Amino acid sequence: MGIVIVDGKEVEIGPHERLNGIQAAARAGIEIPHYCWHPGLSVVASCRMCLVEVGTRDPKTGQVVMLPKLVPACNTPAKDGTVFVTNSEKVAHARAMVEEDLLLRHPIDCPICDKAGECRLQDYHFKYGQSERRAELQPFTSRKRDIGDVVLFVDRCIMCTRCVRFTREITGTSELLVVNRGAHEEIDILPELPLNNKLSGNVVDLCPVGALADKDFLYKQRVWYLRRKPSVCALCATGCSIWIEENQDHIYRIKPRENPFVNHWWICNEGRYGYPFVHHPQRLRGVWRRDNQGLRQINWPGVLSQIVEKIQQARRPALCLSPFLTNEEAYLACRWIKNIHPGSVISLGPIPQQGDDERFPGGFVISAEKCPNRLGVEAVAYSFEQPPMNFDELLAGARNSEIDTIIILGGYVKPWVDAEQAATLRRTGFLIVTDLFPTPLTDRADLVFGMAAYPEHEGSYVNRRHRLQWLTRAVRPPLGSRCLGSIFWELNGMSGLYQPRDVLAEMARTIPYFSAATGRIPEHGVDLRVNQLAEQETSSERSTM
Amino acid sequence: MMESFEPVLLASVQKPDSHTLKVYESAGGYQTLRRVLKELSPSNVVEEVRISGLRGRGGAGFPTGLKWSFLPAAHSGPIYLCVNADESEPGTFCNRILMELDPHQVLEGTIISAYATRSTTAYVYLRYEYPLAFRRLQNAIREAYEAGYLGRDILGSGFSLDVFIHRGAGAYICGEETGLIESIEGKRAWPRTKPPFPAVEGLFRKPTVVNNVETLACVRHIMERGAEWFRSIGVPPDPNDPRDPGSYGPKLFCVSGHVNRPGCFEAPLGVSCRRLIEEYAGGVRDGRRAKAVVPGGLSTGLLSADELDTPMDFSGPIKAGCLGLGTGGVIVLDETYPIIDFLHNSCRFFAHESCGQCTPCREGTAWALRIVERIKAGRGRLVDLDLLLEIADNIGIIPGTTICGLADGAAWPIKTAIRKFRAELEDEIKRTNPKGWRSTHPVPAFSDGNIGTSKTTRLPVR
Repeated sequence: MGIVIVDGKEVEIGPHERLNGIQAAARAGIEIPHYCWHPGLSVVASCRMCLVEVGTRDPKTGQVVMLPKLVPACNTPAKDGTVFVTNSEKVAHARAMVEEDLLLRHPIDCPICDKAGECRLQDYHFKYGQSERRAELQPFTSRKRDIGDVVLFVDRCIMCTRCVRFTREITGTSELLVVNRGAHEEIDILPELPLNNKLSGNVVDLCPVGALADKDFLYKQRVWYLRRKPSVCALCATGCSIWIEENQDHIYRIKPRENPFVNHWWICNEGRYGYPFVHHPQRLRGVWRRDNQGLRQINWPGVLSQIVEKIQQARRPALCLSPFLTNEEAYLACRWIKNIHPGSVISLGPIPQQGDDERFPGGFVISAEKCPNRLGVEAVAYSFEQPPMNFDELLAGARNSEIDTIIILGGYVKPWVDAEQAATLRRTGFLIVTDLFPTPLTDRADLVFGMAAYPEHEGSYVNRRHRLQWLTRAVRPPLGSRCLGSIFWELNGMSGLYQPRDVLAEMARTIPYFSAATGRIPEHGVDLRVNQLAEQETSSERSTM
Repeated sequence: MMESFEPVLLASVQKPDSHTLKVYESAGGYQTLRRVLKELSPSNVVEEVRISGLRGRGGAGFPTGLKWSFLPAAHSGPIYLCVNADESEPGTFCNRILMELDPHQVLEGTIISAYATRSTTAYVYLRYEYPLAFRRLQNAIREAYEAGYLGRDILGSGFSLDVFIHRGAGAYICGEETGLIESIEGKRAWPRTKPPFPAVEGLFRKPTVVNNVETLACVRHIMERGAEWFRSIGVPPDPNDPRDPGSYGPKLFCVSGHVNRPGCFEAPLGVSCRRLIEEYAGGVRDGRRAKAVVPGGLSTGLLSADELDTPMDFSGPIKAGCLGLGTGGVIVLDETYPIIDFLHNSCRFFAHESCGQCTPCREGTAWALRIVERIKAGRGRLVDLDLLLEIADNIGIIPGTTICGLADGAAWPIKTAIRKFRAELEDEIKRTNPKGWRSTHPVPAFSDGNIGTSKTTRLPVR
């Protein structure tokens, strides 16, 4: 146990913690401004914004001896007795000088810059800069360059080299490099070798200024109009923590949310740019019922009682759960069908797989399993039926008419069922399908309704490493569609609005697999294995982004 | 003693074919190496060098024996020796003389030093602008391999050494020891943050010693003549300064600029600057007087005409307000030379050579250049001098705002020029900008933004 003193405040450092000055100060609630340092990248100490005064306190006499010169906090380990002074005049002067230096050649084109509002250069200049320009007035320049997946605004760059280090250390692709020398320095790519990798979008988040811009987001929205909601990416089993940033029920971008147990600071481009399907015009909306003329849109009232009636009349009804459901939706659906029809069977939908897991040198993994919640849905299904049917058995059951009514809860993002499978399932007496998009199956079903995609519902997912994470609702489902959770909440005869947290609490009591998920789910999620295997994941350092 | 000084480093440079092994051996070359390998252990050599008080000749003057002793004692290896032959300091060409005219002397010093530091590989980091030095050094290495002074089991001692020449691409920053290491590794020569120091983690993350060419040549003479001989030359430590280890030994001084006989001269440390100019370099040209003198390479700053009696040892120029002895490159400016031109030249050099890693140096050097260019263009203001001083006072290792010492080198010419020649610069500003010299408002840039704006825009987006 060590004590570090930051501006007179004492901070405790754990015995195995290796913190630098910035992290130690953050623990004392003191911000040390920085550009080039990032907890996920190597330390270069080149921006010189985090200069502080450093000294040591003698453990016996308590006397503090300060170094005569300024030292970058990012490169100074916080050890027992280390003293950081961040509020002296000397430090303030050094910060003001760095700010002044960075604005010498900066175009200051904030009104047309995508980063304005969340720009470090802006924020720090307001906090630490000086109000007066002493340098020559430079002609305005704005050169931009397409360097592959992102756009580079060359003149806005402050040469922190975070993006360069990212492509070297995290993706291992090394597309970005620094060219030229001194004040002529620029970030660039080699000819014919554009920035093109599956994590490239992260360089935009890393860029502390507006130099690297997201082609998807560029000029779409000012950042101060956006609201962000914590959520979980549903496009693969890694289950990265994300922020969904929306304005008026329209998602504009997805940003990684720091989670040391899952994705650290990064997300892949698939997850970052994969959201537009949510706003796709072909999304299924409302309820459709088949009559003599085919599928016809009907109104919600009466639909649920029809479903209940159909299941109760059935000889052997089946419920098929897709790995895109939240745990709560799956649980409520299973509980309902088992209650109203003891002879019902529960089946699991197909698991979308694509290639192999992709691992990057920085430790990031893109899963081959392209669904968010296989483990959670399987655990729910097993708790109601041991073992649940798999999809092939369900098809076989439909083929030999053993099963006469099927409810298929879909939610697949990509096409998942072919016409042959759909025709087999159609052989049952009554087919109820919910999904996001029209499929061969929805074309053949008797009752179809649209459902909510991952930014549109609340609940929990369990990722590939058994970590349960909570999603909050960022946008509303399309008009006429209801979230499955609320449908099954109503079918279960529960009163009031759908409360997924109550459902999860019930699951934690009744299903051993979920027993760790009691109480409020922390922002980094819960490891469901802790009660089963007592397996401890190494906790990474909490740090400021 | 000074009168009886006899050159040792430059003793044989006047001989015909002085760069060949035959001539070098005929003057007793490689005998020292033979004796060292036969009679002394590596730690004996380190101790001898430490006693001699040899300080690095590359600019910083760090005691060489002390640097070697920082190497981890029981390291399994490899340990690397880098020879810093990236002599880029303006006004300095002594390593060039050594490498072109007496490469075997450098090589013998290198082999002895590698033996002392237990290095089995030595890299000579040679600047690209020295093609003759490259050819002669390469040739000398070949001759040394053939004669058994290099390679496996040198002279039957069991000690092996390979020497490689690595040619730089012409960047000043590669002379900084960690920049040099990065460059040998094939990376961009951005100096590393220290600690760890190279002696602990240097080239290829192994312990590394980086020494200047002239330092290694001195090592050879120390081992030949003994530490006592070396200590008999030069200046003992200042008794009033406990941190001064003294300045011993001979030093090559390169005198250039407005003198009658510019050249590289060997003199004992502590020789006065005036003596170097008057006696060695034949006085200032055309019978004029010196206005200012750069004592040791451009980055050390300026001595004014009143300070010419400054002793040229490691602490003399510091006492006169300069950065230090530097590389011993003396540049003389005569009384007709405007200080603003010196300032312009110096700012241009450092703005061009800043590696661009640390913000204060990258932007500060370019800003200073813009100000000086504007003053020269007749749009200077008196406040610019204060601004220049503030920029210069705030970049460098000493205020702590940069990783390496290049920024200090960029700052000192500005600081000394303005502090010592302020009246002349003020007159210049008033004369060239009679209407606007009092202004304090920001003014448009002179060079319409050619700093940092190349014309290579490609592939417009949308």
